Amino acid sequence: MISMEELKRSFKASVWFMFLTFPILVIKVNPIEKTVIWRWENMAFVGIGVFMLSILIRAFYIHRERLRSLTISKKRFGYIGDEPLVQFILREPKYLYPLAAATLLFALLFPSLFDTYQTNVMTTALMYVVLGLGLNIVVGVAGLLDLGYVAFYAVGAYSYALLNLHFDLGFWAILPMGALLAAMFGIVLGFPVLRLRGDYLAIVTLGFGEIIRLVLENWSEFSQGPSGISNIPRPGFFGMEMDLNSAIVYMYYLVVGLVIITIFVVNRLQDSRLGRAWIALREDEIACQAMGIDKTKTKLTAFALGATWAGIVGVIFAAKTTFINPASFTFLESAIILSIVVLGGMGSILGVIIGALILILLPEYLRALSEYRMLAFGAILVLMMVFRPQGIIANVRRSYQFKKSAKEGDA
Amino acid sequence: MEYFIELFLSGLTRGSIYALIALGYTMVYGIIGLINFAHGEIYMIGAFTAFIISTVLSIYGFPLLGIIVLAGLAAAVWASAYGYTIEKLAYRPLRHAPRLSPLISAIGMSIFLQNYVLLAQTSDFLPFPELIPEFDFMEPVAHIIGSSDLVIILTTAAAMVILTLVIKFTRIGKAMRATSQDRMMAMLTGINVDRVISTTFIIGSTLAAVGGLLIASHIGQINFFIGFIAGIKAFTAAVLGGIGSIPGAVLGGFVLGLTESFATGYVSSDYEDVFAFSLLVLILIFKPSGILGRAEIQKV
Amino acid sequence: MAKQILNVTDLSMHFGGIRAVDQVDLDINEGEIVALIGPNGAGKTTFFNCLTGIYNPTQGDIKLYQEGKKEARLNGLKPNQVTEKGMARTFQNIRLFQKMTVLENVMIGRHCRTTSFIAGAIFRTRHNRREEREIIERSYSILEKVGLEKHVNDLASNLSYGAQRRLEIARALATDPFLLLLDEPAAGMNPQETKELDDLITKIRDDGLAILLIEHDMKLVMSISDRIFVMDYGKKIAQGTPQEIGDNPDVIKAYLGEAADA
Repeated sequence: MISMEELKRSFKASVWFMFLTFPILVIKVNPIEKTVIWRWENMAFVGIGVFMLSILIRAFYIHRERLRSLTISKKRFGYIGDEPLVQFILREPKYLYPLAAATLLFALLFPSLFDTYQTNVMTTALMYVVLGLGLNIVVGVAGLLDLGYVAFYAVGAYSYALLNLHFDLGFWAILPMGALLAAMFGIVLGFPVLRLRGDYLAIVTLGFGEIIRLVLENWSEFSQGPSGISNIPRPGFFGMEMDLNSAIVYMYYLVVGLVIITIFVVNRLQDSRLGRAWIALREDEIACQAMGIDKTKTKLTAFALGATWAGIVGVIFAAKTTFINPASFTFLESAIILSIVVLGGMGSILGVIIGALILILLPEYLRALSEYRMLAFGAILVLMMVFRPQGIIANVRRSYQFKKSAKEGDA
Repeated sequence: MEYFIELFLSGLTRGSIYALIALGYTMVYGIIGLINFAHGEIYMIGAFTAFIISTVLSIYGFPLLGIIVLAGLAAAVWASAYGYTIEKLAYRPLRHAPRLSPLISAIGMSIFLQNYVLLAQTSDFLPFPELIPEFDFMEPVAHIIGSSDLVIILTTAAAMVILTLVIKFTRIGKAMRATSQDRMMAMLTGINVDRVISTTFIIGSTLAAVGGLLIASHIGQINFFIGFIAGIKAFTAAVLGGIGSIPGAVLGGFVLGLTESFATGYVSSDYEDVFAFSLLVLILIFKPSGILGRAEIQKV
Repeated sequence: MAKQILNVTDLSMHFGGIRAVDQVDLDINEGEIVALIGPNGAGKTTFFNCLTGIYNPTQGDIKLYQEGKKEARLNGLKPNQVTEKGMARTFQNIRLFQKMTVLENVMIGRHCRTTSFIAGAIFRTRHNRREEREIIERSYSILEKVGLEKHVNDLASNLSYGAQRRLEIARALATDPFLLLLDEPAAGMNPQETKELDDLITKIRDDGLAILLIEHDMKLVMSISDRIFVMDYGKKIAQGTPQEIGDNPDVIKAYLGEAADA
């Protein structure tokens, strides 16, 4: 178990963190009334917390070592061994289909099982599922770290708000236009930047995202500035007038539909010639080009497709909230979507769905936690990278079965 | 003409701060090839520590000089402690991971630290005590350059000189240069690379803290979010000068500071941040190696 | 005389003041195995990189002649365009797609000979499905050829070193080249693996491909090459049959003389 030596190290860590957090966590000054509050209890929390955490992490490492030797012995019995249960279920239609059907049924019954507030929350969470799946194409599959994803989301939202305001176009007319505009933005922005190395690409996309937000904020004649655009109509349903409740339920089903389409499309994309090229590009650009793949075109496709989804969700977002302003499209929004992808597992569709549901629903239901939401998102990015870079549900490559002499390729 | 000089000097002041922060980016990048996204937060934490300590001391009636020294010291100590800890927790375990992993970790760290300060302190803007007095001898030129501008420019210059000397002539400086050239080889010649990397973070953080203290006292207010924008701008400065190059970071800082100052002075102040971001995007697209940096040739 | 398929004239590549490749001529005929040898740092890999579009050469001409097609000048083309023209390569420091399966690695090679795109991926028309099936079958048969069919679904990173090298060859073959460039294919292989590689290269040649290889294993070079080019300090110092090269005093001085194991 944990030795004396390790206890000592945990103790040292705890002392170090008490020191580290001393000025920020303990002292609180009020420079106007000239008062100082000493919050010594915080120091105690940090000390105890770090000590416990440090022991837990050490225990985790010891446990992991033991687990590793365990899986090796398990392999001998021929069963899945190193294959996690989730993968096993995903692979077996026998389990997958009923499970998917049950989930779908639950999703369809959701508005009648819960009240409109819950439905509304779920709609938001599902929108993030779509955003996560869209960004997943760019970051998870193609390996392009896009920190300005929210810009395309903003393009979609403002497309709806502005086109509706000036030309009185309806939701359904603008939905494809928003998607197209976002895709075009993706191509225009992507073209110059996609030849950059990964980390520069990240920063440039971040820059673009901020530029778009700042322009929206300052160019009042165009975007009505920081006060935003209000009274955006909700989507119509064959010209039917709806009260607020049915509008929320309608919105919910719309998003459920979008989620299903997205999963279908993203799944097919990943398992295609194009999807393979994306992954190969992520793995090794030079080898990829040497194998005859056009780097720019392939990257641009990923970038534009990711942007398309952000655009679609942007339009829906504007329609759902009926009010938008530039403050909804900050870098933090991009960071949230990135956390979803990283937590769920880059490249893994199921992972991203679960990631989105956890990250959006959890703070919603645990009110006490919601204050710590962004803190947790930051911590998740760090912790996942350090302890589980593959995410909750790792992406597993598809395998193919062949008959002996190999004329039949089959899934 | 006077307006021009005023803008020029305020550009120098801004540029000094950018340069101080940019050094941290460039040194870390030079050694481990990581864009330390959380560096802006180190600057913010440095400024916040200085704010807390100086306010406490002034409430307890310390003399101004004592406050300056203690607040500056505290800012440097805690900022470097944070820098050191962040490297150890969030970057060191990822040293052999794919290139984007430490960057994502750094972004997470940045968000974490922002919200940590937000939760532990406040989201409001707080008035930062004026630490730098108006000097009497500055009276005749006070309408174009304030005393704090002068102090900022001089402190920055001094910091540059000290840093250059440290890197050129000390043992640790030599080890840093060796590590940045070839980490493996440095390790084989007996350099404790972990220690070199830690030292780099500590030096970078100290410089950022000095920058944070100076600018907060100059502007007179502080909040948890100042690190984000300052960080990106300083990163722009580092890239502009050629990331990895120390003189480049300083040059880039001044170029960015002056550009911003003139652009806001002569064009419009609405788009102050847009100038910096656009500059960043343009350099990365057209000359990613910056003014003084060398282009990287990828080995195949 | 056999038909020429690649003709390189006066090729130079300068990096700043360094002449990594200096006025090198080289030609390859149909169905030939040509070796490019030389001491470490002689500029062989740089030469390869110029040929395959990774570097844009400072001067010189690279021309490719394919049966029934116009001659193609490769200078300044992007690597993927060079591959489309029918010249594929492997890498000295293995560059497989580590997190993809063995089969998928080869399937990537089929990319430039297939066409399905976004709509094809989403709607999967009959044409797309047939194409996908062909990609899989073709890739599998190539794996059979290089003897990796047992590992189809393994991750590339889990293969042994020798198997990874063979997978690189398989991946290059999947692009349907008529000229295959191998950069030190035997590096790090044991004698048994080298023997198998020897057989594989001969087999590929017998299928009608020409091969240009950089190699340090002199036994392999001498046994399979039709002709050998020797580079030293960026310049070509000799060319000829293995016999002629073995007897060339310049070569012995520059290269063989220094290597104790030759």
